[in-house]
Amino acid sequence: MSIFSITEPSGRQKWIAGILVAAYAVITLIPLLWIIATGFKSPSDAIAYPPKVMFDPSLEGYVNLFTTQTRITPDMEATLGEPDTWYERLVREKGMVIAGPSRYGERFLNSVIIGFGSTFLSVFLGTLAAYAFSRFKVPLKDDLMFFILSTRMMPPIAVAIPIFLMYRTLGLSDTHLGMILLYTAVNLSLAVWLLKGFIDEIPREYEEAALIDGYTRFQAFIKVVLPQAATGIASTAIFCLIFAWNEYAFAVLLTSGEAQTAPPFIPTIIGVGGQDWPAVAAGATLFLLPVVIFTILLRKHLLRGITFGAVRK
Amino acid sequence: MAEVSLHDISKSFGAQVALKNVSITIPDGAFVVLLGPTGAGKTTTLRLISGLETPDSGQIRIGGQDVAGLTPAQRNVAMVFQQYSLYPHLTVRENLAFPLKSPLLRTPPDEIARKIGEVAEILQISDKLDNRATELSGGEMQRVSIGRALVRNPQIHLMDEPLSSLDAKLRSDLRIELKRIQASLGATLLYVTHDQTEAMTMATHVGVLDRGRLVQFGTPREIYEAPVSIYAASRLGSPRINILPASLFPGAPAGAASIGLRPEHIHLGEGQPARVVRVEHLGDQTRLHLRMAGSDLVTLTETHTALGKGDTIAIAPRNPLYFNADGNRLKQE
Repeated sequence: MSIFSITEPSGRQKWIAGILVAAYAVITLIPLLWIIATGFKSPSDAIAYPPKVMFDPSLEGYVNLFTTQTRITPDMEATLGEPDTWYERLVREKGMVIAGPSRYGERFLNSVIIGFGSTFLSVFLGTLAAYAFSRFKVPLKDDLMFFILSTRMMPPIAVAIPIFLMYRTLGLSDTHLGMILLYTAVNLSLAVWLLKGFIDEIPREYEEAALIDGYTRFQAFIKVVLPQAATGIASTAIFCLIFAWNEYAFAVLLTSGEAQTAPPFIPTIIGVGGQDWPAVAAGATLFLLPVVIFTILLRKHLLRGITFGAVRK
Repeated sequence: MAEVSLHDISKSFGAQVALKNVSITIPDGAFVVLLGPTGAGKTTTLRLISGLETPDSGQIRIGGQDVAGLTPAQRNVAMVFQQYSLYPHLTVRENLAFPLKSPLLRTPPDEIARKIGEVAEILQISDKLDNRATELSGGEMQRVSIGRALVRNPQIHLMDEPLSSLDAKLRSDLRIELKRIQASLGATLLYVTHDQTEAMTMATHVGVLDRGRLVQFGTPREIYEAPVSIYAASRLGSPRINILPASLFPGAPAGAASIGLRPEHIHLGEGQPARVVRVEHLGDQTRLHLRMAGSDLVTLTETHTALGKGDTIAIAPRNPLYFNADGNRLKQE
């Protein structure tokens, strides 16, 4: 058997490949596992040296993340009743009392609204634009496509100051709408280019067949093009969501209260009660989840996206 | 079903002329085959009738109605494409139901089920109805796409080389099947191919296209026996018609530049000597490749011929066709 053979790999080859892939996965996942583990450590375990691999799991980080706390003063002690919940008890053990909820929930919700809102808008507008560019005779098509791409050639942060001033004038600063529009504007060029590639791959005979079968062009688009573009739409949506979800610089600059997303909020946790690394880690862990879940939900389409075009023809 | 007529249709794509002043009438219930090589304008003709393209000039009538400005849906035509004929994201059943569920037809569900059952029976795909379109073999796919046209009752069926991607056996089976279905439904069918066997076996009428012009329209027999030009003569017949200089044989009329001899129009055993270059035994027929005064020609002979390479045989034309220097046929009295 030559090394260039394209036959099914042998059992041993599969084993070696499997071990290599597993080793690579472990190496890349270590930082992630570290963050997840730190979220369940006590503050002292979190900063212990040498680092603790085995530790007593604690939910303190999560409780600290979601609550604001004050120290129990001697005159408060008399008025306090017995703690009635497990998290209340956990806080009391440190000599603290829960004063109220933290802002993490709100910030997280802002991230969800802005991240998914701008992803939906980018993919929606991107699909329509990509379809038009793919199928119709658009005047100056190549120039327009290049213009759309060129909006991505400069790092967005380079125009941060003008955008900041514009947003202040327009009243878009620190609003959900403002952030959704901004992230959509940044993502749209990527969405149009990616989706145009996918739609170009769909033979136009399918739409023509639908037109002849008695459907209008819009109905053909909905019933024939969209289902076949699902792969491209899923991959594009994931790219858009990852950008909007992780964006930090504009979020710091343009939001402070109402519309602040989680990325600028998480670092501020450190300042609250000294160095509360478990709370930071807990915030980061929860922040990871939506993108992971979204990607898993679209996994089937994404895998097809990678092999798209290779198996069709 | 309806009569479809094209009147003085022209269509260009940029500088490329696809069709020029084409007039053709497809009678109600006819099976018309358009013949011509790639680029002759066959597919463009179908796309113009279906409404996927708009003619630059001229008029198209379906059932007597001028269809200018009507969308493909409003024209009520069915079309079978050469490739990509099924919706890959749907099952066979959904593919067949797709035209019936359109806003144009709005067929009730029990009617859809009945029609799909009927068509699946005819095309022998009943057991494949719940398969995904992408799980079918090439032949099954093409049968389903023909089925998608058959579930409807359109004014005209347009078919663009529907059998070209199939293997020879399947092609000949489907050819017979298609002809039988068309005859039993009385459907009007316009069929594009460059396969002369399909034209000869299925067509009631054949239209010969040459670089966007309709050069001849008639029954397959007319075109085979009385072609208007060398081009039209070369479209039908296998082996192809032999075109030789008219001077090779005595008796050419005035103005004749070439003589056209179908293989069966060559009489063996008398006349001018020709040398045997090759003998091809095809089982049901035997082809003789001859060389005569610098020209090659092919004829048929008896299956178990004793002739071999290098032999000399005398040949003479029988019922030849004569063409002038432009390739047009000289009318013989």
